[in-house]
Amino acid sequence: MALVRCEELSIAYEGQTVVRDLSFQIHQGDYLCIVGENGSGKSTLVKSLLGLKSPMKGRIVLGDGLAQKEIGYLPQQTDVQKDFPASVREVVLSGRLNSRGIHPFYTSRDREQAAAMMRLLGIEGLKRSCFCDLSGGQKQRVLLARALCATKKMLLLDEPVTGLDPIVTAEFYQLIKEVNRSSGIAVVMVSHDIDSAVRDASHILHLQETALFYGKAEDYRRSPVGRMFLESTGNSEKTDIEFPERAETSEKRGMEFD
Amino acid sequence: MIDMFFEMLSYPFMVRAFVVGILVSLCSALLGVSLVLKRYSMIGDGLSHVGFGALAAAAALNAAPLAVAIPVVVVSAILLLRVSGSSKIKGDAAIALISTSALAVGIMIISMTTGMNTDVYNYMFGSILAMSSQDVEMSVLLSAAVLILYIFFYHKIFAITFDETFAQATGVRAGLYNTLIAVLTAVTIVLGMRMMGTLLISSLIIFPALTSMRVCRTFYSVTVSSAVVSVVCFCVGITVSYFFATPAGASVVIVNLLMLGIYAIVGILNNQCFYPK
Repeated sequence: MALVRCEELSIAYEGQTVVRDLSFQIHQGDYLCIVGENGSGKSTLVKSLLGLKSPMKGRIVLGDGLAQKEIGYLPQQTDVQKDFPASVREVVLSGRLNSRGIHPFYTSRDREQAAAMMRLLGIEGLKRSCFCDLSGGQKQRVLLARALCATKKMLLLDEPVTGLDPIVTAEFYQLIKEVNRSSGIAVVMVSHDIDSAVRDASHILHLQETALFYGKAEDYRRSPVGRMFLESTGNSEKTDIEFPERAETSEKRGMEFD
Repeated sequence: MIDMFFEMLSYPFMVRAFVVGILVSLCSALLGVSLVLKRYSMIGDGLSHVGFGALAAAAALNAAPLAVAIPVVVVSAILLLRVSGSSKIKGDAAIALISTSALAVGIMIISMTTGMNTDVYNYMFGSILAMSSQDVEMSVLLSAAVLILYIFFYHKIFAITFDETFAQATGVRAGLYNTLIAVLTAVTIVLGMRMMGTLLISSLIIFPALTSMRVCRTFYSVTVSSAVVSVVCFCVGITVSYFFATPAGASVVIVNLLMLGIYAIVGILNNQCFYPK
C-alpha cells in the first residue's frame, strides 16, 4: 500500500487546467523530487497533496495510516514572517497542533517531542531566539523541525533551499537525506535544483502539466526528458551522461556503457 | 492627588467609562496582535466607519444603537475577510471601499434626518459620557467571551497568524478562526467606538501590538505586554481627559503614542546592548 496514490489527477486553477492526468505513487522511505519549470503546476500539486485544493478530476488516496493532517509541510517563507515576533520554541511547538484535537493546550509530551526535534536538527541552543533574527539556514532548520513534529511518515518540502548560500544548501540537503535514511520518513521535495535532485532522490517526477517523466532517479538521467532538462540547466558536467554534441567524450564514455 | 482620583471615580459615568474602556482595550489589544501581524491593521478603521453608518441609521430609525450596529458590523467584518480573501479586490482596497461607502451612507442618513449636530460630533471623536449601563453589561459579556475564546484558541491563533498554509495543512480550520477574530473585532469596535470615536478607535487595535513589538521577541510576551500596555494607556488617557477636560479618545491615543516612543527607545537600547551589529 502506498502512502500517497494519485490517480488520473487533474487540477484546475482559476478555471485553467494546470495539472492534467497525473498518476504517481509515494511509498514509505521514498525520496521523490518534483521538478519542472515555473508555472508547470508544482505549487498547485502541492496544495492538492495537502488537501487544500480539491482536484477537478481523479483522486488522491492516502494509505498506510497517513492522515491528511499528518503531512509534515515545509512551506516557502512568507512576508509576514520577516518581522514576526515568535521564539523558535513557539514555532516548533506549533507543529504539534495536529495531534492536539480539541484539547487547547500542549502537554509535556508535545514539549518533549519539540525539544527532541530541535536537538536532532541542532537548533536547541536557539530555542529562545526570535525566529526573525535567525539566518536563512537556521530558519529552514526551525521550519523543518516544525514539519517533523507534525509527521511520522511524510515530509513535503516546497523549494526549501531558495535564497540559501551553497554551503548552507548542501548542509540542508544532507540533513534531509539523513532524515530520510535514518527514520524512513518519505520525502517529497519540490525543487528547482535538478542537480541535487538526481543525486539525492530515489524518484523523480518531471512535471509539465502532466508527467513528462516519472520513475527512478537513475532512469531519469538516461531518459530523453531528463537529459534535455539536465543540459538546459547547465548541470551537464556533473551528471556523467553522454550528450550528442560532445562527440569526443561521449563516444569514450558511450563505449564504457556498452 | 489620591483624593482627586477617588472624586473622579465617584461619578457613575466615569466608573462606566473606566469599566467599558478597560475591557474594550484589553480585548482590542489581544485581537490587535493577530490583526497587525496578519497585515489587517486597517480592518479596525474600516469597521468603525461601518459602525458609524449603522449608528446613524439606528438614530434615524429610533432603534437601540447597539442592536443595529453590532449585527451590521459583524456582517461587514465577515464580508471584508471574504472579499480580501478573493483575488479580485485586494485587502486594503476592499477595506477602503467598504469604509468610505459606509461613511457616505451614514452622512447621507444624518443630513436627511437630524442634520449635523452634537451627536455626529460625538460619534466622530468620541465622548466620555457616552456609556450607558447597558454598554457596561455588554462589554463585560463580550470581554469575557473574547478572553475565554482567546485563551482557549491561543495556540491555534498563533499558528494561523504565523503561517496560515502550514496551519491549514495540519488540520487547523483557518477560515473558521479568521472569521472568529473578525467577529470579535467587530463587536469590540462597536462597543468602544462611541467613547473613542469613529476616527480613533482603530488606534486601540494597532498601537499596543506595535508598541510591544519594539521590545518583545516572542508571541507570548507580545500578547501579554499588549494587554498590559493597552489597559495602562487607556487608564492614563482617560484620567488626563477628566482632569484637563480634553477629548477622551484623543487623550488615549496621545498616551499610546508616547508609550510607543518609550518602547521604541527601549528597543533601540536593547538592540545595542544585546545584539551589537
